[in-house]
Amino acid sequence: MELILVLIIGVLYGAGIYMMLRRSMVKLLIGIMLLGNGANILIFLLGRITKGKPPVIPDGASVFTEMYADPVPQALILTAIVISFGVQAFAIVLLKRVYALIDSDDLDDLNTPEDI
Amino acid sequence: MMDNTIVAPIVEHLFTAILLLFFWKKVKTQRIISVLGNLMVLNTSSQLFMKVWNNGIHTMQAGNWQAPFGITLVADVFSSTMVFLTSIVGLAIAVFSVVGIGKPRTQYGYFPLFHFLLMGLNGAFLTGDIFNLYVWFEVIIISSFVLITLGGRKPQLEGAIKYVTLNLLASVIFLTAIGILYGLTGTLNMADLSLKVALVQNRGLVNITSFLFFVGFGIKSAVFPLYFWLPSSYHTPPSAIAASFGGLLTKVGVYALLRVYTLIFVPDEFTRNMLITVAVLTLITGAFGALIKDDIRRMFSYLIVCHIGFMIAGLGMYTKASLIGAVFYLFHDIIVKTNMFLVSGIIYKIKGTVHLDKLGGLYDEYPKLSLVMALVLFSLVGVPPLSGFWPKLYLFNAAFDISSYVLVAAIILASFITLFVIARMWGEVFWKDQPETGPGRVMQFDKISIYKQFLLTAPVIFLTFISLYIGFGAANIISLSERIVGEMLDVTPYIQAVLGKQ
Repeated sequence: MELILVLIIGVLYGAGIYMMLRRSMVKLLIGIMLLGNGANILIFLLGRITKGKPPVIPDGASVFTEMYADPVPQALILTAIVISFGVQAFAIVLLKRVYALIDSDDLDDLNTPEDI
Repeated sequence: MMDNTIVAPIVEHLFTAILLLFFWKKVKTQRIISVLGNLMVLNTSSQLFMKVWNNGIHTMQAGNWQAPFGITLVADVFSSTMVFLTSIVGLAIAVFSVVGIGKPRTQYGYFPLFHFLLMGLNGAFLTGDIFNLYVWFEVIIISSFVLITLGGRKPQLEGAIKYVTLNLLASVIFLTAIGILYGLTGTLNMADLSLKVALVQNRGLVNITSFLFFVGFGIKSAVFPLYFWLPSSYHTPPSAIAASFGGLLTKVGVYALLRVYTLIFVPDEFTRNMLITVAVLTLITGAFGALIKDDIRRMFSYLIVCHIGFMIAGLGMYTKASLIGAVFYLFHDIIVKTNMFLVSGIIYKIKGTVHLDKLGGLYDEYPKLSLVMALVLFSLVGVPPLSGFWPKLYLFNAAFDISSYVLVAAIILASFITLFVIARMWGEVFWKDQPETGPGRVMQFDKISIYKQFLLTAPVIFLTFISLYIGFGAANIISLSERIVGEMLDVTPYIQAVLGKQ
């Protein structure tokens, strides 16, 4: 399980950076999304994966008595997903507006004029 | 000391922003509420500063979850000073925005977003939890994304793409660093991290994590070679927005760097050398960039980059004197950079352009206003005894003490080029005659009412007085910086305040 996650993280980071280096604005956006997902899985992996042990205290006990899955990484990932959802929604709208203005998907066509 | 009122500077901005949302199209009401809200926060944050100054570090455990399990808010002298300065700058920008931000932008939510931005800044300064810091950074950048695109003109949107992309990348790198740090230590509380990072055996991974933090915060605070987004986006929004960005947004990156590198990671020899190298290159590239620009706001953008170098240099040298210099420069920089962009806003209102070629004759037409602007510009350059001079003196001495002569040369060169750039600007804008091929659309500054003139100039004068105080009352600021650096170098009181007596 860990090995698969490590490979997925590597692929997501690599693909994300590759996509960000392309000239197309849509690919830039996809790159950012992939990177964000890679970071989320990284947190999940580094929070130690414990299978089948939910962090729920059993009836009658007041503390954990055995191993349990750490809930904190999942809370972090959930927060990060919500944030990246909002930010990416904004980024999509921004790219759409820019596309409508300059009528091109190529980042090289972005050229802030000297005169404003 | 437990004190739940330290959350007030965050909550007051939140409520002001929500209240503003109820007056969506009512421009006048929004302006009044925003200024009043900022006054209220200024009052609260000055009280917070006095409390922390007199009684030491205050903490708040959110939801009464004891540290290190819950989110802790910490107000030490450094963070409460930053909150106080943010409130001063926030008030000045809010007053300037009453006239400086036009009706259409106000109707599309300028003021609520401005308050959300300030809320994020206060949160970032007050938090004692590294993941919470990430969340506040996201609050800051999402507000700034909307502010930078507000109005939707072509250059704004084009600048925004660069700004948004690089900031999102910085956030991902920051998040990665947090993930690795959590994997290494199993905690997110900064005081707890400070104890646990020191115990980690795998020093290589700790160093890599600290570099990831440096890259993440470095993009946000615009250091070499990560600054390219700044000069290509900061000149596009209206001056009031550029002022809050230039004065506060890059500085929160510097604040985070200072915090992380003193509390969590103590930089080793290699990291210090890297920080000094980065600082030298930032100083030089920023200064040369400012040299070749003909647009005042682009020039100021490069000066922001250049002067970030001073603070990074202070952190890199990591001696008591150099950190005092860095902290002092940070305080000076917040006030003076905001003021600079407000000045460029007034010049734009008077002349309808910010191009050096098309400007001129300002001293002839507005001698009194020019005098105020001269004080701002000289503070920026650091003419003694104005505010920029003292921190540079500290940094200069510290660089001599560790015999880092390249850094000494870079500090002198950057100061000299700043002087040259500002002198050139003074000559072109104020002394030169107004060129014949004048600008097309001139807003008649004389013709607008005295009341509006007052609202535009009052914030500049207010911030100039603060700058003058920082310069002439330097002894007070130095003793403040000394106390902050004392807390930075000896983190035991901070850890005890957060985790309880041990």
